[in-house]
Amino acid sequence: MRTTLAFFAGLVFGLGLLLSGMADPAKVLGFLDLAGAWDPSLMFVMGGAVGVGAVAFAAARRRTRSLLGEPMQLPTATAIDRRLLAGALLFGAGWGLAGFCPGPALVALGLGEGKAAVFVAAMLAGMGLFEFVQRRRLAARPEAASR
Amino acid sequence: MTIAWTAFTPWLSLAGGLLIGVAAALLVLFNGRIAGISGIVGGLLAPRRGDIAWRVAFVAGLLAAPAAWIALAAAPHLHVAASAPVLVAAGLLVGVGTRLGSGCTSGHGVCGISRGSRRSIAATATFMAAGFAVVFAVRHLLGG
Repeated sequence: MRTTLAFFAGLVFGLGLLLSGMADPAKVLGFLDLAGAWDPSLMFVMGGAVGVGAVAFAAARRRTRSLLGEPMQLPTATAIDRRLLAGALLFGAGWGLAGFCPGPALVALGLGEGKAAVFVAAMLAGMGLFEFVQRRRLAARPEAASR
Repeated sequence: MTIAWTAFTPWLSLAGGLLIGVAAALLVLFNGRIAGISGIVGGLLAPRRGDIAWRVAFVAGLLAAPAAWIALAAAPHLHVAASAPVLVAAGLLVGVGTRLGSGCTSGHGVCGISRGSRRSIAATATFMAAGFAVVFAVRHLLGG
């Protein structure tokens, strides 16, 4: 049941990206182009999403188990540290370069966009590289493990 | 700055955003998980038993969304201006950055802000700023 639900959630998420035009890098870059012809659409997408999300997470926060009996796994970290900010800077830079972030890139891949495949392959390589470096650092210096 | 009035789609954006919010709501209320795509995908690169099927299913749902869309409406036309080297550089930055920063537009921007997380608000402000800066540099400084 939870696998079926996860598939359905992914499907609805993807449809939301398609409906809002967020799968199109040109539309995303239009939002990021403050000095040019600025398209505020992405702000409205966020607003709509957070509007619904805020209600859902307020309800989720009060639960220890999900409606299907799974453990409620909400993030517990609170510190605004260098890793968070450095990661966000790198991510934002990459996002601004191509107008793709993970979700829209996967939807674009599903649309058969070859350029999305290039991006996704590089993204997976980047994630894999990070994972590899992370593990090596953990093996060499256990006290360097991140919280 | 001028407003791109012909490109601006307030109602479709809101509607799409609502769907995204519903998707995140479903995943957290039924599965107890955050709908952060970088985290969902990243978890597949260091897979743990019992933690794989739902991730694969979610990604499959994202990949299948276009097929469902095309059953109802015309296929959207995407405009990807980036060249292959830029796509590779962008992908690497997004791959490393999302894992280092523990999230992306869905994980931090949608879910984190919905939770009122200060970490996610800070992360979102930061990646937005970086995005604005890079686009400004490419489009208005370097003539790209």
